[in-house]
Amino acid sequence: MRPILMKGHERSLTFLRYNRDGDLLFSCAKDLTPTVWYADNGDRLGTYRGHNGAVWSCDVSRDSARLITGSADQTAKLWDVSTGRELFSFRFDAPARSVEFAIGDALAVITTDNFMDHVPTVQVKHIAEDLDDQTDESALVITGIKGRINRAVWGPLNRTIITAGEDATIRIWDSETGKLLRESDKESGHQKTISSLSKSSDWSHFITGSLDKSAKLWDTRTLTLIKTYVTERPVNAVDISPTHDTVVLGGGQDAMNVTMTDHRAGKFEAKFYHKILQEEIGGVKGHFGPINALAFNPDGRSFSSGGEDGYVRLHHFDSDYFNIKM
Amino acid sequence: MAVAAMQKQQQHQTERWGDLLDDDGGDLDFGVLLPPPVVVGPDAKGIKKVIEYRIDEEGNEVKVTTTKRVRMVRRSKSAIERRSWPKFGDAAKEAPGSRLTMVSTEEILFDRTRAPDAIDLGQVMRSLLVDMQTVVDTIDLGSKAQEPSTSVDSLLKANDKQPGGGLLMVCRTCGKKGDHWTSKCPYKDLAPQQGESSTDRPPSADGSAAQGGAPGKAYVPVFRRLGADKSGADVMRRRNDENSIRVTNLSEDARDPDLAELFGQFGPLNRVYVALDRATGVSRGFGFVNFVHREDGENAIKKLNGYGYDNLILNVDWAAPRPN
Repeated sequence: MRPILMKGHERSLTFLRYNRDGDLLFSCAKDLTPTVWYADNGDRLGTYRGHNGAVWSCDVSRDSARLITGSADQTAKLWDVSTGRELFSFRFDAPARSVEFAIGDALAVITTDNFMDHVPTVQVKHIAEDLDDQTDESALVITGIKGRINRAVWGPLNRTIITAGEDATIRIWDSETGKLLRESDKESGHQKTISSLSKSSDWSHFITGSLDKSAKLWDTRTLTLIKTYVTERPVNAVDISPTHDTVVLGGGQDAMNVTMTDHRAGKFEAKFYHKILQEEIGGVKGHFGPINALAFNPDGRSFSSGGEDGYVRLHHFDSDYFNIKM
Repeated sequence: MAVAAMQKQQQHQTERWGDLLDDDGGDLDFGVLLPPPVVVGPDAKGIKKVIEYRIDEEGNEVKVTTTKRVRMVRRSKSAIERRSWPKFGDAAKEAPGSRLTMVSTEEILFDRTRAPDAIDLGQVMRSLLVDMQTVVDTIDLGSKAQEPSTSVDSLLKANDKQPGGGLLMVCRTCGKKGDHWTSKCPYKDLAPQQGESSTDRPPSADGSAAQGGAPGKAYVPVFRRLGADKSGADVMRRRNDENSIRVTNLSEDARDPDLAELFGQFGPLNRVYVALDRATGVSRGFGFVNFVHREDGENAIKKLNGYGYDNLILNVDWAAPRPN
């Protein structure tokens, strides 16, 4: 395959997200402007100007009308997807890291970092249909997690919120009361910072990637560990194929070793594993820096990766990928 | 709206003045004499042929046939609407030549960690076929010169990955297996030249073989040429014919490994082959299986003829022997 290289960002990529139809790809980077691309040919559609710090993550509403972004400038912003106009800005007293719309797009979960003497929080905000009704108030604030929360996502039917972060523990919270429901087992769980979390298309299970050089597959309801994928380098990004039994892991070395190895050493490839057999299927090379973000197209026929090198690489799979039999 | 479009077009033309000059030289003068381009298809398989005529540097009329595969992509209504959204933000004031989005010039392979099984040879060939298709697809991108080498490279790579990869790579000059291709043979100069040998040598008993080496004649298959390893060819032919079973009404999803799995339970197999459409890579719905032992084959026919496989009823019988 010949990947499409998208060089719109001046600094390293942090997050990639497809919309539900799979025709738009949103990318966030440590520069100030989230960008939207056409997901088939990689043409840039537009940028969202207004943030004043690194943008850590984003999410797009089901109808692809609104975008929410979380940034290190201590705000999360709502955008009009089609024009790039800023609709609303949520202010926090710490950098906002993870954002996600709930089913129905009436709620959003936003996490803030531990910063100065503020503790990390998970906050739920109401998203009003009419912008005039939009307020800054939080419907729920969850505290009590030590260490940065790298990802917070909604559980099935918006009943729960799943968080994962620096303390290597996955927690499931009640999204109404903020009560802690489950906590991942210290023994079987990750040993180091969880860098990424991604849900399967039916939300029945999710995968977490960690700096302890492994990725793990969990049941969304019971938080039981289903599978473990072991690799030889820290995992920065993970995703689950919506159509095939594959998961993809992206990562790289520790920052201190990056300049000491050649990119051809293959440390920066996206690794594909069989979801059930936990066996490595293959890899796709190309980045010359660690991979920070990965996303499968909802149709399962292409995936994109974003690297520390500032490039987004969009890969349309060849037919041999679909014929792989294990 | 139309005016705006025209302006845009003009802008476009002034940017690419280099292309424009090129066009001026050839087509305008001779264009009248050439037949108009013909577009055939796309047919049911999505194969589209474009036949164009042009005049090359030496003034000869050239017919260029481009075969392309057209794939229909279903999109939601809103996605189609989004396609026509005007660009915004930095993308709106983007310099036309900024080339933020580029197609990689490098062919990136999906590197399999584990070499495919021996039976997956077909898969390797199929991926090669895909390579060849990309050659066709990318001809108009102007990267023609590089292409053939990449496909050979990928064949080489595919060979490297194979544990018994030598099977595919046999040198016809020195007969060494799995080391190099005929064209790269280090003993090329030492081997007798085929053209000479045909004149030196007295005609052998097998007349057809003697003619084989003569240049300028009709194509002669490699195994019939002079100096070819005849025994190998015989074995190959026997292998294709002996205890061969034809399977029809196969589902489109069935591939070689599936047939191997299905028939393998009756006994050892020599060969499994599912016919694929050359252009689209889709199964044509039939295949062949060769058993080592005839009894196993009989058994398989008895059991599998009329067997329901992937929602279709299999039709299994001895393959008709070749006419010659």
